[in-house]
Amino acid sequence: MSFQPVKFYQTGTYTVGNRLLAPDERSVQANQMRGNSINSGHRACQGCGEALGARYAIDAAMVESNGQLIAANATGCLEVFSTPYPESSWQVPWIHSLFGNTAAVATGIAAAMKAKGRHEVRVVAQGGDGGTTDIGFGCLSGMFERNDDVLYICYDNEGYMNTGVQRSSATPPAARTATTMPVGPEPGNVFGQGKNVPEIAMAHGIPYVATATVADLRDLEYKVRKAMRMHGARYIQIFVPCPLGWGTASHDTIRIARLAKESGMFPVFEAEHGEVTSVLKIRNKVAIGEYLKPQKRFAHLFGKHAHPETVARLQAIADRNIRKYGLLEEETD
Amino acid sequence: MLKQTEGSKAVAEAIALCRPEVICAYPISPQTHIVEALGEMVKAGELAPCEFINVESEFAAMSVAIGSSAAGARSYTATASQGLLFMVEAVYNAAGLGLPIVMTVANRAIGAPINIWNDHSDSLSQRDSGWMQLFAETNQEAVDLHIQAFRLAEELSMPIMVCMDGFILTHAFERVDIPAQEQVDAYLPPFDPRQVLDPAEPVSIGAMVGPEAFMEVKYLAHAKQMQALERIPQLADEFKKIFGRDSGGLVRTYRADDAETMIVAMGSVLGTIKDVVDEMRAEGHKIGVLGIISFRPFPLEQVRAALIKSKRFIVLEKSLAVGMGGIVATNVRMAVTGSGLRGFTAIAGLGGRAIPKSSLHKLFRQAEQEKLEPVTFVDLDWDVVNKQLEREKQNRRSGPIAENILFDKGMSSSAKFG
Repeated sequence: MSFQPVKFYQTGTYTVGNRLLAPDERSVQANQMRGNSINSGHRACQGCGEALGARYAIDAAMVESNGQLIAANATGCLEVFSTPYPESSWQVPWIHSLFGNTAAVATGIAAAMKAKGRHEVRVVAQGGDGGTTDIGFGCLSGMFERNDDVLYICYDNEGYMNTGVQRSSATPPAARTATTMPVGPEPGNVFGQGKNVPEIAMAHGIPYVATATVADLRDLEYKVRKAMRMHGARYIQIFVPCPLGWGTASHDTIRIARLAKESGMFPVFEAEHGEVTSVLKIRNKVAIGEYLKPQKRFAHLFGKHAHPETVARLQAIADRNIRKYGLLEEETD
Repeated sequence: MLKQTEGSKAVAEAIALCRPEVICAYPISPQTHIVEALGEMVKAGELAPCEFINVESEFAAMSVAIGSSAAGARSYTATASQGLLFMVEAVYNAAGLGLPIVMTVANRAIGAPINIWNDHSDSLSQRDSGWMQLFAETNQEAVDLHIQAFRLAEELSMPIMVCMDGFILTHAFERVDIPAQEQVDAYLPPFDPRQVLDPAEPVSIGAMVGPEAFMEVKYLAHAKQMQALERIPQLADEFKKIFGRDSGGLVRTYRADDAETMIVAMGSVLGTIKDVVDEMRAEGHKIGVLGIISFRPFPLEQVRAALIKSKRFIVLEKSLAVGMGGIVATNVRMAVTGSGLRGFTAIAGLGGRAIPKSSLHKLFRQAEQEKLEPVTFVDLDWDVVNKQLEREKQNRRSGPIAENILFDKGMSSSAKFG
């Protein structure tokens, strides 16, 4: 009998394969005994990518740390929807201090654990893109530079969603936000130089940097678990669509995340000590329009007053990502 | 052990004796010598297990302390001036979370214009932050107050600033009795946190609180400080039993028994004031001193009791409530409400301006005769001020204020010597 490899990705997702795998190969989320670090009953919007990403990430981190985990959290959606006083969704010890200091708070927790000789206790910090790439950037860079023993997870939904969808330094060009309205000759967010925090993290030479999306549970869990097996400063940026802020259907969160990756708009890769070690290849390349069109934040680029030249500029960004990270499979004979 | 040492070095030794577990350091004058000395001790392994973290800003310094304190570690940092302002959001947060962090504030003026010298503007700007504030008169008291501060902070689970005058105390070499480790261990038990981040018993700290509970949380912070009013004198008594000296407490009076005129102040200037009072007493003036050690909580009763038998008081303070007058004076006046006492405010020593005995002699005599304005600016150069005011009247584009005043000061001094 010839060997027939099982292809789990035929439906475009790995999750279907869980039933066919040996128990120890299954995802953390497939396990009924998973930690449910963020318990049900929280107040996230329907289809919230951040709630999904945080649950995946923290449950995976809990498994890898044998339940010895402390989490610090920046102000933002995740903090607000998970801990409306006196309720809390968190099944792990959890602290929220401020918007811009989460990396430093996590450094303090890690220092305390070290001083107390509790080397088994691991620390994660988490924040949205505003709390990470903007207001928390100084503390984040300091934590990286000192190589403090913290895994920082950024849930990137490309804007300040908790305050009503304003622009952050992670908002893509041309996107509509409450502070970059689709009016005037150049509607939406400016075409700046961008602030690529995964690359900035790599420039610090820290042990581990990775990006992931909520569209690929196995890849996300793999990266969190790998990061948790390492020590020193680690950074994972998870792409988490925001139905409310992006104007997408709540049932489309995972599809949108997949299109971001398949278009090249969000490169998914991992890096160690400043060097890219692997990329998640694009499986079915899509034009940028396919990613943009389901999102109302880009609606002004299409239709009666379309801006095809702006769409072309966004396509150029995606193409540059594809070239730079080698996101397409090499053609082989 | 008696030794001749720098104030900062003495404070660093006091902190070391308190067995800190996490120290966060960011350089700003004039507190740098404290964390430098602690950094060396940690690096040499003398304080193990203790983590010393060189952070990237004061905001990070306080944030690291928030994390480490919430994780159950005795946490310390030091700052001053702009540094304190840079960490303000985290300062309020630490108090709101009820984390017993101890922080030295090496009191320094706030810019602009940038100025590294001593006054009390920095810590007094944080008077409503929820932190307790204890002011040291001498380097010995600075040492002792830090030891008492850890005890009080951890007992109440609230943070404390120990305030000591920048340069005047931090950089002064004088005789200090550094306690023995056994004494400090007998006084200060290990930190037993009220709330702690621990996987064995997960809690959520820092939840969002709406109108239904916010006032109660804030009231409890106030209630803790009211408890501190009781505890501070008791802790000073206990301190005396172990260490053999009077240090701390809420207030301290000097030659106040039959005083008709009382001088109220905080910090190292009390030394100069006492000298002047001694000299005036020798001449028959009925004058005394009230030193305030605990500015937060503010000891209304004790201040009232100390002043009520006098006829008038003058609050000499190194701070300015711009647009009103004094900060300390406002608090003191609250204490004597309805008493009919005459009160005067004297703003002195801003940005490190020397407060010489001669100026105090003049000021106190004017106070005795009640010939003072409600608010007096001690040794203010009116010529320069009036010249600038005139310049602004004459010319819309009058230019930067500080540079004009420096120019005028230069002109007048060169004229003096020319």
